[in-house]
Amino acid sequence: MQAIVSIKDLSKTYQSGFQALKHVNLDIADGEILALLGPNGAGKTTLISIISGIVTPSTGSVSVNGFDNISDYRKTRAMIGLVPQELTLGQFDTVWNTVSFSRGLFGRKKDNAYLEQLLKDLSLFDKKDAELRALSGGMKRRVLIAKALSHEPKILFLDEPTAGVDVELRKDMWNIVRRLRDSGVTIILTTHYIEEAEEIADRIGVINKGELLLVEDKKTLMHNLGKKQLIVELKQTASHLPPSLAGYDLELSNDGEQLTYTYDTMSDSTGITDMLQAIQSAGLLLKDMHIKQSSLEDIFVDLVKEVKP
Amino acid sequence: MNFQAIRVIFHQEMLRAWETLFQSLASPVISTCLYFIVFGSAIGSRIENIDGVPYGLFIVPGLTMLSLLTQSIANASFGIFFPKFTGTIYEIHSAPISHFEILIGYVGAAATKSLIIGIIILFTASFFVELNIAHPVWMVTFLILTCISFSLFGFIIGLWANDFEKLQVIPLLVITPLVFLGGSFYSVNMLPPFWQSVTLFNPVVYLISGFRWSFFEVSDVSVGVSLAMIVGFLVICIAIVGWMFRTGYRVKQ
Ligand SMILES: Nc1ncnc2c1ncn2[C@@H]1O[C@H](COP(=O)(O)OP(=O)(O)OP(=O)(O)O)[C@@H](O)[C@H]1O
Ligand SMILES: [Mg+2]
Repeated sequence: MQAIVSIKDLSKTYQSGFQALKHVNLDIADGEILALLGPNGAGKTTLISIISGIVTPSTGSVSVNGFDNISDYRKTRAMIGLVPQELTLGQFDTVWNTVSFSRGLFGRKKDNAYLEQLLKDLSLFDKKDAELRALSGGMKRRVLIAKALSHEPKILFLDEPTAGVDVELRKDMWNIVRRLRDSGVTIILTTHYIEEAEEIADRIGVINKGELLLVEDKKTLMHNLGKKQLIVELKQTASHLPPSLAGYDLELSNDGEQLTYTYDTMSDSTGITDMLQAIQSAGLLLKDMHIKQSSLEDIFVDLVKEVKP
Repeated sequence: MNFQAIRVIFHQEMLRAWETLFQSLASPVISTCLYFIVFGSAIGSRIENIDGVPYGLFIVPGLTMLSLLTQSIANASFGIFFPKFTGTIYEIHSAPISHFEILIGYVGAAATKSLIIGIIILFTASFFVELNIAHPVWMVTFLILTCISFSLFGFIIGLWANDFEKLQVIPLLVITPLVFLGGSFYSVNMLPPFWQSVTLFNPVVYLISGFRWSFFEVSDVSVGVSLAMIVGFLVICIAIVGWMFRTGYRVKQ
C-alpha cells in the first residue's frame, strides 16, 4: 500500500485538559475511500482537523505525500480539501465569490472555466450569484464541497457529509465521491451511519473515545468479524428445546416456529452438519432454512462494547 | 509567498467595504461636517487663532486623525474577528498561507480603506476651510504610517476579542478618550502645566502634533519625536502580533 497520509502516534489534549485522541496510528492509501466510523465525541473531527492544520497536535506527527504537515505545511495543505461538519459560511458573499476566494486562498490562479464546471457538477451554477444566507442547508453543503474542491485537491476530507441531507443529495454526493475517486482523489469521510460506510468505503476505521479501534478492508472486516446465523424454520411448532439439542448454540423463538443457530465463520468446523442431524434425531421437521450475516452495525456495536470497562 | 491568497483576502475585504459603501463613507463624512459646523463655524468664530492658525483650520488634522484611528481599528478588528465569530476562519487555518500573508491581506485592506477615508475627509474639509499643506510628503507619510499602525492595532484587538463586547471596549474606552484628550481640538500649550505633563503620556498627542506640523508647521512636540513615537508604536504592534501568532494565543486550539 502506498500511503498518501501517514499518521504516527498522534495524541491531542485540548486546553480544557480533555484528551480527544490517544496514540492514533493510521496510513491512508493513495486513491482509497476511507470511512471513519464513530459515535459522537469519538474524535473524528479532531483527527481531520489536525491533518488539515486547523488544530495542533499535542504529540505525534502527520505526513502527507511524504511531507510533514507542520514543517512543510504549504505543500501538505495545498493538497488537501476540507468540507467541515458545520455549515460554516459567510452571509453576504455570493456563491461565486466565496468559491473564488477559496481557490485563491490555496494559492491557485484564477480559472473561471474550472470553477464554472465545478459549480455545474454540483448543480450550483444557477445559484452562482445568490447570497449564501439565501441558500437552503443542502445548498450550503454543496457550496462547502465546491469550496473544498476549488483548488483541485488530491485528498478530500468530508466531515459528516450527509448530516441534514436528503436522499437525493446523498445520492448525488456519493456519485461525486465515486467520480472523484475515479479521477485519483483520496477521500476520507466520517459518519455515524454504518450503512453509509458499508455503501461507499473501501476501508473502514472505527474510532471511539479517541482510540482507533481498527482499520480494515471493508470486506475483510465483514468477513473476519462476521457471525453467521442459520435460521431453521420448523414445520410444527416446538414448545421447548429438546434436551438432546442443549449442547448446541441454539435458540428457539418465542412462537416456537424458528430455531436460530449462531456460528463463527472463522472456526474450523461450523458444526452445522452435526446440528442438523441432531435436530432430525430429535424428531423435528424442517420447513425452510436461511442464513443471516451480521451487518457492520452489529460488528460495530460489539467493538464499542468490548472496550467499555 | 502565496500572493494569490493575499490578493483574495485583500479583495474580499475591499469588496465588503464596497458593498456597504454608503455606510463606510457616510459616517466619517457626516461626522466631519458636523464637527466643522459646530466647532469650526459656530464656536470657532469666537475662538482666537491658535499658534497663528484660525481655529476652523486648526482642528482639521485632529479631526482627520480622529476618523483615521477609529476607522483603522474598526475595519481591521472586524475583518479578522468576523471569520472567527462565524467559524469561517477554519478555511484560513487550513490554507497554505503564512501568518505574515494573513496579516498583509487583512491589515493591508484595512489600512487602504482608512487611507481612502482620510483623503475623503480632507477633501470634505477643503469645502469649509482653505487648506494649505506645508509639507505634503510628510503629511502623506504620517497618514500612511497611522493607517498601518492602527490597522495593526485593530488586528490585534480582533484576534484577542472573543465576543462583540471585547471588540468594542478598547476603541470606546481607550481610543476615543485618548484622541479627544490628544489635542485634536486644542493646543497642548493651552493646558495648565500639570496637565501638559500628563498629556505627554498620551501617544495620540504625538501623532496629531506631527500631522498638524505637516500642515501648518506648528507643533506641540518636535516632529522627530512624533515620528519616532509612531514608528515605535508600529514596531510594538508588529511584535505583539508576532508573539500572538507564534504562541497561537487565541488563534488556534
Ligand atoms: N475545542 C475543544 N476544546 C475542548 N474539547 C474539545 C474541543 N473540541 C472538541 N472537544 C472534545 O473532544 C472530543 C472529540 O470531539 P470531536 O469533535 O473530534 O468528536 P467527533 O467524533 O467529531 O464527534 P461528532 O460525531 O459529534 O462530530 C469531544 O469530547 C469534544 O467535546
Ligand atoms: Mg465531528
